[in-house]
Amino acid sequence: MSALLNAEDVKAQIEAGVPGSRVRVIQNGSPSAQHSLLLENEHARAVAEFLRDDAGLRLDYCSLVTGVDWTDRETSEKVKVRKLVQAADGTEQEQEVEEVRKTRVPGYLEAVYHLFSMEKKHGPVILRLRTANRTNDTTLPSLTPVWRSAEFQEREAFDLYGIVFEGHPDLRRILMWEGFADYPMRKDYVPPADDVEVAEVHR
Amino acid sequence: MSSVAEMHAIAGQGEIMEVSMGPHHPSTHGVFRMDVRLEGERVVRLKPVFGYLHRNHEKIAEHGAYLGAIPYTDRLDYLCSMTNNWGYVLAVEKLAGLAVPERAEYIRVIVAELTRFQNHAGLVGFLLQDMGASGTPLMYAFREREKILDLFESLSGARMMCNYMRFGGVRVDCSAAWLEEVRQLVGRLPQFVDEFEKLLRGNEILMARTQGVGVLPRELAVNAGVTGPMLRASGVNYDVRKVDRYGIYDRFAFRVPLGEHGDVYDRYMMRILEMRETVTILEQALKDIPAGPVMDPKAKLRGLRPKVGEAYGRIESPKGELGFYLISDGTGNPYRYRVRPPSMINLTILEDMCLGENIADTVIILGSVDIVLGEVDR
Repeated sequence: MSALLNAEDVKAQIEAGVPGSRVRVIQNGSPSAQHSLLLENEHARAVAEFLRDDAGLRLDYCSLVTGVDWTDRETSEKVKVRKLVQAADGTEQEQEVEEVRKTRVPGYLEAVYHLFSMEKKHGPVILRLRTANRTNDTTLPSLTPVWRSAEFQEREAFDLYGIVFEGHPDLRRILMWEGFADYPMRKDYVPPADDVEVAEVHR
Repeated sequence: MSSVAEMHAIAGQGEIMEVSMGPHHPSTHGVFRMDVRLEGERVVRLKPVFGYLHRNHEKIAEHGAYLGAIPYTDRLDYLCSMTNNWGYVLAVEKLAGLAVPERAEYIRVIVAELTRFQNHAGLVGFLLQDMGASGTPLMYAFREREKILDLFESLSGARMMCNYMRFGGVRVDCSAAWLEEVRQLVGRLPQFVDEFEKLLRGNEILMARTQGVGVLPRELAVNAGVTGPMLRASGVNYDVRKVDRYGIYDRFAFRVPLGEHGDVYDRYMMRILEMRETVTILEQALKDIPAGPVMDPKAKLRGLRPKVGEAYGRIESPKGELGFYLISDGTGNPYRYRVRPPSMINLTILEDMCLGENIADTVIILGSVDIVLGEVDR
């Protein structure tokens, strides 16, 4: 196994190395224990450059760029509230009642970067970037200027998920054809019916 | 497509011609297109265009059970189904925390190294074919490949779409007779590599066409995430078998060949040298393989529901780092299933390698990258 880096250590190094940046460690409950680091979009480029150039980390190799679609979801929790309840004899009494409270968590798109070091032979360090939502604000800073290996993979995340990478040198569709309107890897994507002409799938 | 103004600006330096090579062209090894802009015979721009074989492999896998994705992985790099299986099951094993019995680990190494051997032999054959050596080297390579595919067929029932590995082991055990056949084949492989190399080494046309052509500098190779023999041809010592020591690769003594110049010739030589190292790994694995079960009794193939979490597992496939990234939401199918396709990422710097070269050389530069479109397009 290549040496695993402790996510908390990397977080501390980033926050010391890039002034003003804040990093959140996202715990991973699976036996792989590959925890990841959630970055703020405004500092993402500076953090990426720091991780690549820092003499101790030298994460010179960005192996994988992944788009992920996290749809809107509802979380429900049981809460106890005091409420006026009509008793059997018709009078109102204050009682403790259990209620299900539902909160709507808005969805977002995520770009996940798996970093390794070819020089130090360690890794992975996993970075996550999240868009504001999954409808009208889906921009993220591009890390292609830092790691060239992200070039085609960010294009793929743009093509299949609709994440717009700002600062990407050549952001075009890569697997689907130019003019295709939708983003096929999104969870709510509905494929066109078989009898639809190809021309109609175009924008 | 470029603007008219841009065209005029370039045209000022000479006659510019745009050529679309592919998608149906014998040199592109599948449905792959290169939009090339030429000044005379010199390449001034080259944009790879692909996606003709895109079937949204990742979406299909996200709709099925964990077990159901294994036969689909066969069809990624359809020359190397065994290593594709391994990459995927390794990721699932990390995600679900499964162990693999000793004997299954040995069988995995044996089939994966046989896969590597036939892939490299085939690549050298195709590369020489691209240079105009019609037939002979390719037929030499395919003669050997056939024998390996015969072994895969008697083991798994299929020559190319093996669907052989399972998370927690392999599907069926191999017989003593099968191992004996592998031993006999492996005993003959060094002679084949010698013969193959003798046929090609020192060949004037081969050297003239490949040396100093399509140079990939070391720093660019690392930054662009190039992996596999292509990376090592540029002199970077990075082999996932050595770095991660996944499976039981820490038990075998083998060397990692490195190039110096990062040109097509070095990439060709990497394949020849790696074939030799593969033979030494095979000899050691065949000597040490123990008896025992080939499946982890705790592994639940049908209805596997890993805990919420994620895992990235990677192996050294013949083409480079093949990885699978899985996110589980606790249900029976992966919430996110992502392939790290070495063929596609190695294409990132195709333009950089081709700029300033002759149009005829783009064919062999592409050939030396070693792509399979089933994996590039997914």
